[in-house]
Amino acid sequence: MAETTYLEAIRQGLFEEMERDPEVICLGEDIGAYGGAFKVTEGLQARFGQQRVIDTPLSEAAIVGAAAGAAHMGMRPVCEMQFIDFISCAYDMLTNYVATARYRAFLPCPMVVRGPSGGYVRGGPFHSQNPEAAFLHTPGLKIVYPATASDAKGLLKAAIRDDDCVLFFEHKYLYRRIKEELPSGDHVVPIGKARLAREGRDLSIITYAATVWKALEAAEQLQQEDGLSVEVLDLRSLLPMDDEAIAETVRKTNRVLIVHEDTATGGVAGEIAARINDLAFEWLDAPIKRVAAHDVPLPYAPQLEDFVLPQTADIVRAARWLAAY
Amino acid sequence: MAVTSPPASNPAKLPGLTREQLLELYYYMRLTRSLEERLVNLYRQTKVVGGLFRSLGQEADAVGSAYALDRSQGDVLSPLIRNLGSMLVQGATPVEILRQYMAKGDSPTRGRELNIHFGDTVRGFIGQISHLGDMVPVMAGVTLSFKLRGQSRVGLVYVGDGATSTGAFHEGINFAAVQRCPLVVIVENNGYAYSTPTSKQTACTSFKDKAIGYGVPGVRADGNDVVATYQVTKEAVDRARAGDGVTLVELMTYRRKGHAEHDNQSYVPAGEIERWARENDPLDRYSRELTSKYGVSQEELSRIDTRVQEEVDQATDQAEASAAPEPRDALRGVYADPAEITTLWFREGVRSAVDRHERPSSWGTHDG
Repeated sequence: MAETTYLEAIRQGLFEEMERDPEVICLGEDIGAYGGAFKVTEGLQARFGQQRVIDTPLSEAAIVGAAAGAAHMGMRPVCEMQFIDFISCAYDMLTNYVATARYRAFLPCPMVVRGPSGGYVRGGPFHSQNPEAAFLHTPGLKIVYPATASDAKGLLKAAIRDDDCVLFFEHKYLYRRIKEELPSGDHVVPIGKARLAREGRDLSIITYAATVWKALEAAEQLQQEDGLSVEVLDLRSLLPMDDEAIAETVRKTNRVLIVHEDTATGGVAGEIAARINDLAFEWLDAPIKRVAAHDVPLPYAPQLEDFVLPQTADIVRAARWLAAY
Repeated sequence: MAVTSPPASNPAKLPGLTREQLLELYYYMRLTRSLEERLVNLYRQTKVVGGLFRSLGQEADAVGSAYALDRSQGDVLSPLIRNLGSMLVQGATPVEILRQYMAKGDSPTRGRELNIHFGDTVRGFIGQISHLGDMVPVMAGVTLSFKLRGQSRVGLVYVGDGATSTGAFHEGINFAAVQRCPLVVIVENNGYAYSTPTSKQTACTSFKDKAIGYGVPGVRADGNDVVATYQVTKEAVDRARAGDGVTLVELMTYRRKGHAEHDNQSYVPAGEIERWARENDPLDRYSRELTSKYGVSQEELSRIDTRVQEEVDQATDQAEASAAPEPRDALRGVYADPAEITTLWFREGVRSAVDRHERPSSWGTHDG
């Protein structure tokens, strides 16, 4: 069987869900005839028509708000943010309206907001963001951020079927750089379950999205050069978060490095560290450490971006420090 | 509801409404006012938990516009804080409103939300949030679903003069206009957004002119004339149902009370409120119109007033007897799955590893 890229996997997920359920519609800027800025939705309008693959005005708040209204009426809209950076234009709709709808008014909001996220692509401050931490703090939303093609497809299908709003962050660096053979059949990955990306005994790296691959590279290097056995846990879902998998890896290795591409202060790593403190404090042999982006807007020049973002060498250095503690 | 009344001896030409419907409009306007007056009493008795928002003097625009929708076709509206009347027209009951204001456990939101912030998709009203303008994109989506499914349903969304300054208003009406959604956008121009007069809200001379910028018809009517309000909205509803898209309807009215009950309205020019109360009260106007133009007797109107008072009394007794919410219910219903959030550790005993040494001491931790 042929290998499928991360991007094609997302398209397959959309396609299959639109085939399966006539209530699934797509809304976004340039997603129809053009097929989207990254061509994720290419071919969807030709297959499903302009009624179900809707080219919208340049209007993130309207896209999300309209999706919420259609979702109340029983549809299952999938919104594309052309770049996930623009989700902040819909922050009010998502956090005040969508996230509270079920709780305050018993209005279901089964919808997905998806879009290309993340850096390492020389996109500069407004085409490289990782907005997950801004939404982690909002009860009523769910957040997934897959690292593999298989998870991208399976989590998207789960997100579309979920009865609440799921933010589906897709890493644009991974779009065409990774591929794998996808499981056959109706491949759905449950939201809220982490994936053990590599087994190890000496140290755990907890991460998600593109830095899963950097963590795996670092783990291999540490195995080769230091004889360290490094476990890599790919969270996949950030809200809800898989506490069991986190506790299990901590109890196994007793040393934890949390890695993410988003900036350090107020990032998801802080939440993970607090959970480890609650779940498995006594199992720790070393302080919980994090590797994340420096607290600056993400700059454009390769020399600047590479300096700001966490690199494989940073993970290796941090892991060595932690192993020696 | 059915208002029983003798046939008029010499009815004037009815404005597309039956005599029963004309009386029904009166009933809803009176019910709105009486229910709010009861809420004022309850507020002063500290039985209303939060703030109280009045629509005194604006009853006609809410009732007349909502009355233009067809509930039998599944039309949906989204009210604002001064559109209690529109919710009553759509089937909200006085006891629901009272329980909601009194934060009762059996209120429509089970104590989660305040005042008239609640909805029911079956009866056809969507609960608003406090962020003004946000309901315009939401109702664009509600009506988009009607269009995509080929249904002949119509949506109506209320905004105030203040909300027209928000980005959400602009994005929502533009989206709905481009998609030709069957949506009626009512701009209820009552002169003030909290303390801000319309002159500080927009440089346009009229909110209906904003319609030009969206490529949709904009119309304006006297919002204190319930029949005129009904007629102008009905035309917009008919257009929407026929597939001709959005209409922006500006209804001119006046907010005679403050933003909420606590507001002393010190910013209002002297005599302005009194003048509107004296010369342009929608209930006074409509009572006169019904008796002088449509052959309705004062006695018929008094009978409706009495009936409304009885309904409000009965609803008050019911609402006062309702129990407060059970505190733990606060953790239910954030998500479909999980249905309930767990309590935090400090509330029901320490459950984490922190309170016990679960790791064998022989493993040699740093503290030995």
